[in-house]
Amino acid sequence: MIRFDAVTKTYPGGTTAVDGLTLEAPTGQITVLVGPSGCGKTTSLRMVNRMIEPTSGTISIDGRDTASMDPATLRRGIGYVIQHGGLFPHHTIERNIATVPLLLGTDKSTAYARARELLERVGLPQSLAKRYPAQLSGGQQQRVGVARALAADPPVMLMDEPFSAVDPVVRTQLQAEFLRLQRDLGKTILFVTHDIDEAITLGDQVAVLRVGGHLAQMASPSELLAHPADDFVADFVGRDRGYRALSFVDGVLPALAEPTVAVGDSAELARERAIDGWVLVTDDERPLGWYAVGSPGDQVTAERLALGGTLARQGGTLRAALDSALSAPSGRGVVVTDEGKLAGTLTAAAVIEVIEQQRTGRDRAPAVQDDPSAEPRIQHSPGGESP
Amino acid sequence: MITSIWAWLRDPAHWSGADGIPTRLAEHLGYTAIVMVLAAAIALPLGLYVGHSGRARWLITAANAARAVPTLGLLFALSLWLGPKLSGDLAFSAPSIIVLVLLAIPPLLAGAYAGVEAVDPAARDAAKGMGMQPAQVLRSVELPVALPLLLSGVRAALLQVIATATIAAYVGLGGLGRYLIDGLATGDYAATAGGALLVAGLALAADLLLAALTRAVVSPGLTGKYRGADGVDIPGRTDVAFER
Repeated sequence: MIRFDAVTKTYPGGTTAVDGLTLEAPTGQITVLVGPSGCGKTTSLRMVNRMIEPTSGTISIDGRDTASMDPATLRRGIGYVIQHGGLFPHHTIERNIATVPLLLGTDKSTAYARARELLERVGLPQSLAKRYPAQLSGGQQQRVGVARALAADPPVMLMDEPFSAVDPVVRTQLQAEFLRLQRDLGKTILFVTHDIDEAITLGDQVAVLRVGGHLAQMASPSELLAHPADDFVADFVGRDRGYRALSFVDGVLPALAEPTVAVGDSAELARERAIDGWVLVTDDERPLGWYAVGSPGDQVTAERLALGGTLARQGGTLRAALDSALSAPSGRGVVVTDEGKLAGTLTAAAVIEVIEQQRTGRDRAPAVQDDPSAEPRIQHSPGGESP
Repeated sequence: MITSIWAWLRDPAHWSGADGIPTRLAEHLGYTAIVMVLAAAIALPLGLYVGHSGRARWLITAANAARAVPTLGLLFALSLWLGPKLSGDLAFSAPSIIVLVLLAIPPLLAGAYAGVEAVDPAARDAAKGMGMQPAQVLRSVELPVALPLLLSGVRAALLQVIATATIAAYVGLGGLGRYLIDGLATGDYAATAGGALLVAGLALAADLLLAALTRAVVSPGLTGKYRGADGVDIPGRTDVAFER
């Protein structure tokens, strides 16, 4: 646990970057500091590993006051990831990742072996080990930055806008992989971002800071969206917070079975199975895309598929389910199992129905679920009716 | 003319004795070595310090401005001033060496400073944030990353010193400058041109040597000349685009 106790940072000249900040970042969770520029979020983060010294107040990690520790020793025990990666351009990727273990006296072959292991862990091939940072894309460099921070297996990680310098598609990937990694590792993470969407996606709890370094609200993402503490937080969280709040609601989704064809099947078969002019194409039960009846050619081919629909994971959130329905050309969102296999499809109307039921508080499952004569459908992991 | 220079260079009499080419070459290299060592000892730590700390940047500006001082004029002034105060060989060699050191300092200082200055602040921040001590940051991040610019400063200084060390002959010292000065004085233009050719050849050889050294010590990650790299970018994994 990282604990800030009445921490203030005032610069010579009188600017107050952080003003009496008190908060706790619980062990094994992601705590996100978010706010507009000038709110002191990066300053707060950098005070934890004493890159900046607080003017007053104490910061402790697992009960130990950081001011009592040697700065270099303290920093070697904390993973540190920064915005532009900060990789050493003259070192190979594996040497970069091995930095802290080598500082700690680990022998070279052990440190390099661990570096290669970590490359795979962050989703990069081991063949990159001997390359130099300039040979990697921005997204790959950020992954190496994360691997480097993990190298000495520190219990605590500080991440300063680690994904903000990459394009949105790569950022979404990195965020998803980061969450997956965190599920395995359970690090105590303090994460700084200016992007409220990122804060809500990643945070177990989110601390919203306002300019001048005051804590405006500290809450779970769903709490933040549902009950912003004041106008500043409400404004910062944004207008479509109602839609975003669906990210934290899972429900029992009435997904229906969907007939499918495979690549190579005849256009005739596709026409027979299509519903409303669209048929889902799968390969070994994995959804590939939608095929429109009446497409040129007498066979279903991979080139003619309409792509771009998002997939909703079984037991996932209402937001993902709604998004999948809205983005599908057929109007039927594709739901997949955790293994990526087709579970069924559902329409936006069906998702809205679930939302409505939850809003009105009536604990009524969709009628079709109780009707044994209805079409076979996939029952999703209950996951918990939302509170 | 060319044949007479060639004849001068090939004359066996010019390749032996106290006035022979090997002796003069050794003297020339000796001056150059002393000057480079002294200048580097002063300028490199200073340049690294200014680049590392960001303090005393005026030193770089001052050193560059000092390049405007005419070398030959300074040599005569120093000889007149220092000569009577020193005894023996030192009375002649000290002024020459001081002038050449002053000549070599600006490019060395600028190279070392610019090299460290050019280090990505994020890399420096990461180095410190991962628990490197200030000396470790300098030694294992700033210095290696600064090497290409630092060494180009060394190359510039070395060329200037080799070329300018000829002026030591003006105040009665040896080196390849002797052929130029004495040749001019006696009207032996073959000796003058031959000496000039030798200086040019020496400068060229020294530059090639340093270029090779640079290639050997600078990381491929900085020069873009990757050993055995195919230049093919390996894409990151894209199979998680759907997962949220």
